[in-house]
Amino acid sequence: MLDWLKSPILTFQEFVTLAGRASLNVFRRPFYGQDLFLQMDTIGVGSLPITVLIGFFSGVIMALQMSRALSQYGATGQVGQITAITLVRELGPVLTALLIAGRNASGIASELGSMKVTEQIDAMRALGTDPVKKLVTPRLLAMCVTLPLLTIIADFVGIVGAYIVAVPLLRLTTGSQYWNNAWRSLEYNDIAQGLLKPLLFAIIIALVGCLYGMRTSGGTQGVGRATTQAVVVASVWIFIITALITRIFVNL
Amino acid sequence: MAGHEAKERNCILKFEEVSLQFDQEAPVLDKVSFEIWSGETRIILGAAGAGKTVMMKIALGLLNTTSGRVSVMGQDVTNFNERQWYAVRSHIGVLFQEGGLFDSLTIEENVAYPLLNQARFMNDGQKPTLDTVRPNVQEALNFVELGSTLSKFPSELSGGMRRRVGIARGSVADPDLFLYDSPTAGLDPITANTIITLLIKDREVRNTTAAIITHRFQDGHLLANFRYNPEKDRLERLPADSPLRERTKFMVMKEGRLVFEGAEAELDASLDPYISKFSMHPAKPVHPEKPMHPEKNVS
Repeated sequence: MLDWLKSPILTFQEFVTLAGRASLNVFRRPFYGQDLFLQMDTIGVGSLPITVLIGFFSGVIMALQMSRALSQYGATGQVGQITAITLVRELGPVLTALLIAGRNASGIASELGSMKVTEQIDAMRALGTDPVKKLVTPRLLAMCVTLPLLTIIADFVGIVGAYIVAVPLLRLTTGSQYWNNAWRSLEYNDIAQGLLKPLLFAIIIALVGCLYGMRTSGGTQGVGRATTQAVVVASVWIFIITALITRIFVNL
Repeated sequence: MAGHEAKERNCILKFEEVSLQFDQEAPVLDKVSFEIWSGETRIILGAAGAGKTVMMKIALGLLNTTSGRVSVMGQDVTNFNERQWYAVRSHIGVLFQEGGLFDSLTIEENVAYPLLNQARFMNDGQKPTLDTVRPNVQEALNFVELGSTLSKFPSELSGGMRRRVGIARGSVADPDLFLYDSPTAGLDPITANTIITLLIKDREVRNTTAAIITHRFQDGHLLANFRYNPEKDRLERLPADSPLRERTKFMVMKEGRLVFEGAEAELDASLDPYISKFSMHPAKPVHPEKPMHPEKNVS
């Protein structure tokens, strides 16, 4: 029983240590500004097209599904409210985070993993730079900045997508009623959890990617294993965190 | 003799009963003690998994010991934390097994890396830039005869060239100790000899103290018996009574233990079957039916 628990607890300890070191480094010189902007470009700008696409289609699908359910109750006018709340609270943050976990947690883990197995991480330490500072901190910061922004974009594009289905295509409601409903239904509570979630997801994705990358061992095969594990672990934690946060906010 | 002025004899690297063990497994290093003095060339031989690379990583502070003491340049570094180690490491040059070059950076940026990132090259808190260090980078690359590859990426170079860039990166900051991890592993004999020639040249020009991990006994033989002649730009054999012969010492590792330490003649004279595997003229040939024919010519 103890042996069985040992490995996950050790991993968690490593995660906390890495999180601590990476965040302390935010305030310590030297700063690697160039690496930060490079990562923000890869994670943020690089993920923009796919985020827009996924956001748009989740809005479209939601409006389509809701059109049937709502017409049973004669409440098709509420479609704006339903899409806005669902997207901002839950679907926007979770879908974007899962997407970024698949795209960037794997990218980070495989990049750092390859560096580990070719002794580049050791070389970095031997040549006088802290790999946590040079590699982990810029990725963590870039993720924390870009994931909430990407989520906001996904939310907005999703609401636009739902509008296109609901108003010009299916004529469920009028344009002004749709936007009015969508806008007025959102409370501070919804916005708060809609922005807190991506921030926490960003920390999870960046650190899990870095952690599994930096502890890679066993050559090329190890890199593949680290990448897979990073995506799986990050995705699982995204769902656990979203459940916890939702539980807290529902009671507020 | 170039660069061999009577430099003060300092102990550069000292291991005292150093052991390393993970969990309940067999120790990776078992009470290893040795000293490397300034100006010395230390050849570290041993089978794969004998603990040679681990020893190097301990000397660099990349791994912690389980017990024993380590001193670098007269400083006890056994309980140093990562931040204290950075100061120590900036005086040690290192070549990793596969070169360890950063493949996202160009050759120039790779070689400039120690100069741009080590605290001791900070100029009044001002970080040096790639432009200010370019002359040093060019010089280091010229030394390894790769002066025209500045803007290339490591993936565009051959294995031997990458190893040479690694040497340039290790020596650019003029280290007091240079650790080479298998500089010739996986290279053809001709390229391997070019690398060893560079090591000898580096030793002659800068009087570097070096520890060289290898499993090719030819490497040790070359380092022990040859010197670099800058006028003729080639290696020449040292006379039999040359005091320079004494600066090359050999060490043999077996399963985490240090089983031999001494000069080449003693290594050749050893009757131990494991140790004589690494000597040029085994006292008792390992394969009597297949006598070894090491290459005679170097250049």
